[in-house]
Amino acid sequence: MLIPCPYCGPRDLAEYTYQGDATRARPDPATAGQAAWNAYVYERANPAGPHREHWQHAGGCRAHLVVTRDTVSHAVLAVAPARAGEPS
Amino acid sequence: MAEYSALALLKNALGGHRGWKPAWRKPEPKPAYDVVIVGGGGHGLATAYYLAKEHGITNVAVLEKGWLGSGNIGRNTTIVRSNYLLPESIRFYDFSVKLWEELSHALNYNVMFSQRGVLNLAHSPAQADDYMRRGNAMRHGGGDAEWLTPAAIARKVPGLDLSGSARFPVVGGLLQARAGTARHDAVAWGYARAADRRGVDILENCEVTGFLREGGRICGVETSRGTIRAGKVAVAVAGSTSRVMALAGIERLPIESHVLQAFVSEALKPFVDCVVTFGAGHLYMSQSDKGGLVFGGDIDGYNSYAQRGNLPVVEEVMSEMVAMFPSLARVRLLRSWGGVMDMSMDGSPIITTGPLPGLYLNCGWCYGGFKATPASGWTFAWTIARDAPHALNAPFTLDRFQRGALIDEKGQGATPRLH
Repeated sequence: MLIPCPYCGPRDLAEYTYQGDATRARPDPATAGQAAWNAYVYERANPAGPHREHWQHAGGCRAHLVVTRDTVSHAVLAVAPARAGEPS
Repeated sequence: MAEYSALALLKNALGGHRGWKPAWRKPEPKPAYDVVIVGGGGHGLATAYYLAKEHGITNVAVLEKGWLGSGNIGRNTTIVRSNYLLPESIRFYDFSVKLWEELSHALNYNVMFSQRGVLNLAHSPAQADDYMRRGNAMRHGGGDAEWLTPAAIARKVPGLDLSGSARFPVVGGLLQARAGTARHDAVAWGYARAADRRGVDILENCEVTGFLREGGRICGVETSRGTIRAGKVAVAVAGSTSRVMALAGIERLPIESHVLQAFVSEALKPFVDCVVTFGAGHLYMSQSDKGGLVFGGDIDGYNSYAQRGNLPVVEEVMSEMVAMFPSLARVRLLRSWGGVMDMSMDGSPIITTGPLPGLYLNCGWCYGGFKATPASGWTFAWTIARDAPHALNAPFTLDRFQRGALIDEKGQGATPRLH
């Protein structure tokens, strides 16, 4: 699996660290109840198909990325830097 | 029905092996069953068998999308063990080992359960302390565990690099002698035949495409072979859990699907007579009766429904194997493959009523489902028959994530790729 880093170009999977589901949105601590926190911490959509996920180019430029990847074919569909405003 | 004996073998040999009968029927789906089990893997078939045997519920169908034994029951590295730390896990998996010890007799089918022992190597004093603590917990829970010194390990596993110059010198090992391996295909076939004989219909090439509801209650399934109504629907589909449960409207579960790879080498003469695991990384290896070394390591570590993995894990597993056994460096790999694991948020399984009325769920086996096959089927059958968990699986219900009663053997938290 090759992931095209926006800064370094296509690099081998071995250079990257997986950081999980990028679709989860951290609840607002001021207002969120236990159910919202429980859903955030433990529940996943776990789709078969396109999946938005966080990867870090840990063995390269160390950028945090949002990668859209097909979990059935392993095809990388889109890569973007994970900026402020992205779900964390 | 197929009966296997020395006499039957002789008779069929004389007849050119044209007289063997199928081990289970290939029935057409009935319009309705008392219980429909989705998933014809080890856990689904075991559940059907124990429903019939322990609870007298024989109007049961097992629905398998592909052919019987095509999923993780035929993709694992066949290891059976109960070397856990936490009391809930020790009780559950020790019960499983006890069922394994009687399984060939119970099914009248040789599952080739071989109690050859599982040896966990420790590579630092801290790891040795940790393993001894786990060994003490196992003994306290009624199981068996034994600490081996490097000298004892050298006698037991002659090929290991036990020199002080090894990259990760071995300081000792935890042996569970009652642990071992079983022939995984035979487990599927044995449970299938035994369930079939008690009246269970095994429906292969029967994919669930939807669930039937009546007033909020699940009352059957739509399948590629037609509509099947059911008093109760039980789901045991491992890595496909999220896909199947989404058909029932359950969009989110404490599960991620990950790919785990496994490997078999070319056949060698007898080389290692127990299961050995490498503690400085993650590798587990045994030798099959055909001579091939059967081994695997960590999951690839990213969400995947592909039954194949990537090369970094292959490289890591091979390098760990050669670190342990330098003499294997020139052995060639025969096959490698992948399976989709239902990784749960605490590394422990879920065997539960619900999450909808009429529905029962068995999932979250991470990559330790094979050893649990008998206990999983036994407790899931109990849960389905009595609408409540048995004491053995009461800690493993779905609501433990709400209650904060996690069973996290590795203490990794809600990070499935690390369990």
